[in-house]
Amino acid sequence: MSRHGADRGAPILALGRNLVVSIRDDLDDQAIVELQDRLTEEISRRRAEGVIIDVSRLDVVDTFAGRMIGALAKMSRILDARTVVVGVRPAVAMTLVELGMTLGEVETALNLDRALEILAGSKSR
Amino acid sequence: MTEESNELSTLVAVLRADYDAILDEWLAAQSDEGVRRTELFSEREIRDQSRSVLSAIQDALTGNGEFRLESEDWEPVKDLLKTISQERVDRGGTIEESTRFILTLKQPMFEHLKRHFRSRIEDLLDEIWLSSRIIDQLGMYTMRVFLEERDAVIRRQQAEMMDLSTPVVQVWDGIVALPLIGTLDSERAQMVMENVLEAIVEREALIAIIDITGVPAVDTLVAQHLIKTAAAIRLMGAECVISGISPRIAQTIVHLGVDMPEVVTRGSLESALQYAFQTIGLTVRGK
Amino acid sequence: MRQIRITRFSTAISEIARNTVTHGGGGMMELAHEAFDGRRWLTATFTDSGAGIADIEQAMSDGFSTAKSLGLGLGGAKRLADAFEIESTPQGTTVKLACRLT
Repeated sequence: MSRHGADRGAPILALGRNLVVSIRDDLDDQAIVELQDRLTEEISRRRAEGVIIDVSRLDVVDTFAGRMIGALAKMSRILDARTVVVGVRPAVAMTLVELGMTLGEVETALNLDRALEILAGSKSR
Repeated sequence: MTEESNELSTLVAVLRADYDAILDEWLAAQSDEGVRRTELFSEREIRDQSRSVLSAIQDALTGNGEFRLESEDWEPVKDLLKTISQERVDRGGTIEESTRFILTLKQPMFEHLKRHFRSRIEDLLDEIWLSSRIIDQLGMYTMRVFLEERDAVIRRQQAEMMDLSTPVVQVWDGIVALPLIGTLDSERAQMVMENVLEAIVEREALIAIIDITGVPAVDTLVAQHLIKTAAAIRLMGAECVISGISPRIAQTIVHLGVDMPEVVTRGSLESALQYAFQTIGLTVRGK
Repeated sequence: MRQIRITRFSTAISEIARNTVTHGGGGMMELAHEAFDGRRWLTATFTDSGAGIADIEQAMSDGFSTAKSLGLGLGGAKRLADAFEIESTPQGTTVKLACRLT
């Protein structure tokens, strides 16, 4: 498997003790399985304290993609990394709610800065 | 049938020969019937409108074959009538005026046909029947266009009112509020949701307060909408506070059996603000 | 068209397309402009020749808060589209979604 192939669909970036995953809109099922592998490995290898899942590039999130995001968050949490989903667009938020996917168990933040603030433990500005 | 001859055997020939007279008499008829609203359109405009319609009719009639309003020969006439109707709607004209504008063309048309076909009763009846069909159909077309245009105006106004009725205000850095007044139907509730979510992105808000003090009644549907809105706000990374819940609405919500989990509710806008300040780490001190 | 309407319809299409692939064993989608009920619509019709859905009513009945459990996404797609039709036999399933344009 080439390096390029491994990064397909979702680059993982390290920011201090936090990891940032940007999910692209061309993720197929295979790429998702790979992403779950890579993310969990990275978390344990770097002993990450926080994970930020950036979905701001997604125009469409159906129940499958919603479950995938929820699963990523759950896996990270089990590995003891606090997980925040950022960048849900207004239209995507409304559509997810209509689909009954409120992702109640996942922490959310408006953008990367906010998520970093949350992970740094200071919600105030 | 549409062959031209010196005898002026057709409607189009008559129209061509007596064009100026027909136009003048049409304008006079409009004036008599009260269609000419000089406060809406200047004499000049009315004259120009009438002239271009008449010319377009003449051109359309020159085309071959049976009269069919749907054929492309008549497109220019319809386009003109459409523009004129739209202008009338814009300037507050009525549907009667708009329709009568074209219907008043009958009288001069018939008059001139009569003059040229005096001795040929059968031809006269044929051509009168034809011009009657044409003008009637154009009249109905005008009526339809007028109504369509007015519907479009109403829809535009509804959209504007919808925007006005769901204003989002920034009350503090990181706090937006949306005071709702009046009944919440599904469409408006949808609009509320969209506006509040857009405002959260624009103002980078942490907290959105939806104040329903001015909402007279909350039924299951409205409560559902509020819950959905709160859920969508949370998905975006902000928090929703619903304020202005009257004792009666609190009772209704419980009686309806609507669950409002994870939705922060407050009785008044004031206490919602207090909660919001607290959440973003501000304290309010008395003087 | 407003962004939310585009997102809603795209999501409904995604939902049903996934169904067609995972439950119907693949199939076809046809996009079309149509006129009915005095309006213009964008329609997406999905056909597959899978085993069909035994109990459509049950498959549709993922309520507002329970969709996360299982659900074929049918109920969700129905809520997201302006019109929805489904027909299923043991020989295959056809789902038609429509988005109002006017």
